[in-house]
Amino acid sequence: MSAVAFVLISILTLAGALAAATLPRLIHAALSLVVTFLGMAAFFFLLGAEFVGLVQVFVYVGAVAVLIVFTILLTRRDIEKDRGFNWSGAVIAIAVFTGLIWAILRTPTLAMVAPQIPPLTVRRIGEVLMTGFVWPLQCVGLLLTAALIGALILVREEKR
Amino acid sequence: MTPTLTSFLAVSAALFCTGLLAALSRRHAIFILIGIELMLAAANLNFVAFWRFGPEPQQITGVMVAIFSIAIAAAEAAVGLALVIAVYRHYRTTSVDKLDQLKG
Repeated sequence: MSAVAFVLISILTLAGALAAATLPRLIHAALSLVVTFLGMAAFFFLLGAEFVGLVQVFVYVGAVAVLIVFTILLTRRDIEKDRGFNWSGAVIAIAVFTGLIWAILRTPTLAMVAPQIPPLTVRRIGEVLMTGFVWPLQCVGLLLTAALIGALILVREEKR
Repeated sequence: MTPTLTSFLAVSAALFCTGLLAALSRRHAIFILIGIELMLAAANLNFVAFWRFGPEPQQITGVMVAIFSIAIAAAEAAVGLALVIAVYRHYRTTSVDKLDQLKG
């Protein structure tokens, strides 16, 4: 695991996240969010979980980002006046960040390097998914179906 | 030198707080959803990092939880954006400050 790659991916991801949180134009923020998601996928590749990285790209960049852009374009009429930035939110976020960093840096056992592990194959993930995690898998399938039907009902045209 | 678990957790904490900033300080409903997505992504990074640095890498529960979390985040985004569209159709705005019909 190389330190240069880690630093580069960190800068890319955090810059994308900051842009997504603070840019005034909604469409720019959505595109910065895509950069952040790609950085997250690169983190997963760096950590040796290639399958999760691919799922991240497929689901987030392929589906969620496109969904967000579509929603922005459908609700475009009142975007111009997105004035006002609530500074109390920034204060709370900085306070939470300080607390988290304090707790992380105070824990000396976290400062360890990654052990050597055998590569994680998709075959192994499939085996675990079909044996130990079969009930969560079914529940997620049910949840996705319910979410799909719920979203369709929510956006259906009302009869007047 | 190679990155330690501390550095991954620090990046994850920064990502989470950026999401919190977006969710708390923006008035547009889609920005709030973007913030929630950022916070979920930070949690995923923590799961995978703890799996990678953990004592038993043969137990791949961390990876599994990350995959399920991505699926649930997709469902959440679909329903959340459908809610935004429904609210926009009804009130012609997506600013959460103007949605104060329930206020006493």
